[in-house]
Amino acid sequence: MLILTGDREVFSITARTLLISSASTFIAASIFVPVGSLIYFQSFPGKGLLINVIQTLFSMPTVFVGLLVFITFSREGPLGSFGLLFSPTAIIIGHVILISPIMAGLTISALRGIAPEIQDTAMSLGASRLQTIHAIVREARYGVSTAVLLGFGRAISEIGLAIVVGGNIRGYTRTLTTAMSLETSIGNFEMAMALGIILVFLALAVNILVSQIQHR
Amino acid sequence: MLENINLDVPTHAVTAIIGPSGAGKTTLLRLIDLLEEPTSGQITFDDMETPRSEGVRLEMRRRMVIVFQKPVVFSGSVYDNVSYGLRIRGYGRRDAGDKVMHALETLDLSGYENRMAKTLSGGEVQRVALARAMVIEPELLLLDEPTANLDPVSTTKVEQLISRIIRELHTTVLMSTHDMAQGQRLADQIGVLIGGSMLQVGNSSDIFNLPNSMQVAHFVGVENVLEGVIESKDQGLVNVSFGSHHVEGLSQLEPGVVVSACIRPEEVTLALTITQTSTSARNTFYGTISNITSTGPLVRVVVDCGFQLVALITTRSAQELELQKGTEVWAFFKATGVHIVQA
Repeated sequence: MLILTGDREVFSITARTLLISSASTFIAASIFVPVGSLIYFQSFPGKGLLINVIQTLFSMPTVFVGLLVFITFSREGPLGSFGLLFSPTAIIIGHVILISPIMAGLTISALRGIAPEIQDTAMSLGASRLQTIHAIVREARYGVSTAVLLGFGRAISEIGLAIVVGGNIRGYTRTLTTAMSLETSIGNFEMAMALGIILVFLALAVNILVSQIQHR
Repeated sequence: MLENINLDVPTHAVTAIIGPSGAGKTTLLRLIDLLEEPTSGQITFDDMETPRSEGVRLEMRRRMVIVFQKPVVFSGSVYDNVSYGLRIRGYGRRDAGDKVMHALETLDLSGYENRMAKTLSGGEVQRVALARAMVIEPELLLLDEPTANLDPVSTTKVEQLISRIIRELHTTVLMSTHDMAQGQRLADQIGVLIGGSMLQVGNSSDIFNLPNSMQVAHFVGVENVLEGVIESKDQGLVNVSFGSHHVEGLSQLEPGVVVSACIRPEEVTLALTITQTSTSARNTFYGTISNITSTGPLVRVVVDCGFQLVALITTRSAQELELQKGTEVWAFFKATGVHIVQA
């Protein structure tokens, strides 16, 4: 009912959630897709180890990242003077940290999945080093978009971090997941369910998009 | 691992490197295409040593192109693939368009331009790869086993298309193949690469009929190699003794020299009786058939004449003579069919 009648509260929470998740996905992708490519194309000592560490960080507990951000931005913390704690910005910073390993790691995997023959073919046809890298990244574009979408999916559906560093402040840092948690705990199941349906719908949409891309 | 490679690839001609799988053919082509650097030795292109700095290498690499044994296509349309070499060279849309369409036409790919390249069959991918290579009009076209993964029908088709490209581009071609016959069909010059060494370079009939070593002889299908010593010489005709037998062949080598007498199996004819025509052959042996295997239109017959002699005859004549295991036959071959190689 609340969805169909376009409840203002539900609408604003959804919009805020999408905004926060999109912002963190955009920031993380614009930094860590290139970082992943850089790691893949450069050879340096400890490369294998670094990739292993990145892959391990895929499953970093959200609430732990929340704790780290909380400590960093709390009043006594090293970056406490910015006063960012319990703000959407804090959530976005936390999300970026949370999903950056996924972005970088899956970008590396996507590039690895491209046959080495593509590199030879491009070079033989006269591609410079940059043009060769461009050709490989272009071949990996579906894998890279999958990485970005998976990062978005993780950001939108997590709760631990949003609640620790956002504080679930009504009209400011309340997101779909934190709102659901609250509404459930106070017994407002209709509201919780409405929010849940929206969240499931969004997560589903992302997953459908991912599988569409992978089947290209 | 390549060593003792000495090959001069003449311009505007087709050179084929033949050799068994794993001989180093692909490595050699990759070195020439500047995809890899040799640990030692020199490769010159157009009288210039191949450079070390990447910028100069790129410039030189852009004058040639390789088509791999298993070509891969970029995701996107056939048009996107074929135009790739032109786009990275900064060609404008219209110039590229005409060239691409022409290349597609040459390879019987007209109408394919909007097809998704990844959905094509193996033979079609091979043709797209050839179109993608020829469109940049390379000075040197490298083809690595262009038909190794294709069925016989596609092989014939691709060979025809390669001949067409060669005629049209009037360029220098260096190809590798493990198929001796393909080398003969397409190439002006053949180099035999076995075990990482270039054992012989020459025109195809020389390689085929005058192999300079046992290894080359075996590879080009000389099944009969008789090792012996030249016993006597009468002008160009020598008599080679091996065990208690003799063969006569043409050679300028002197008596006493240890040699191998190489006889192609198709030079050997079989008959049940000696007739007028067969006696003109210098070499005549009598023996028992120890093995017969059919290879389609031809039959491979092994005759035990005290030594093993392999003959390749048509299935029809084998049937007419009613040859089978145990049949006693006369085997003949001319002195000109015996190629003498110093051992």
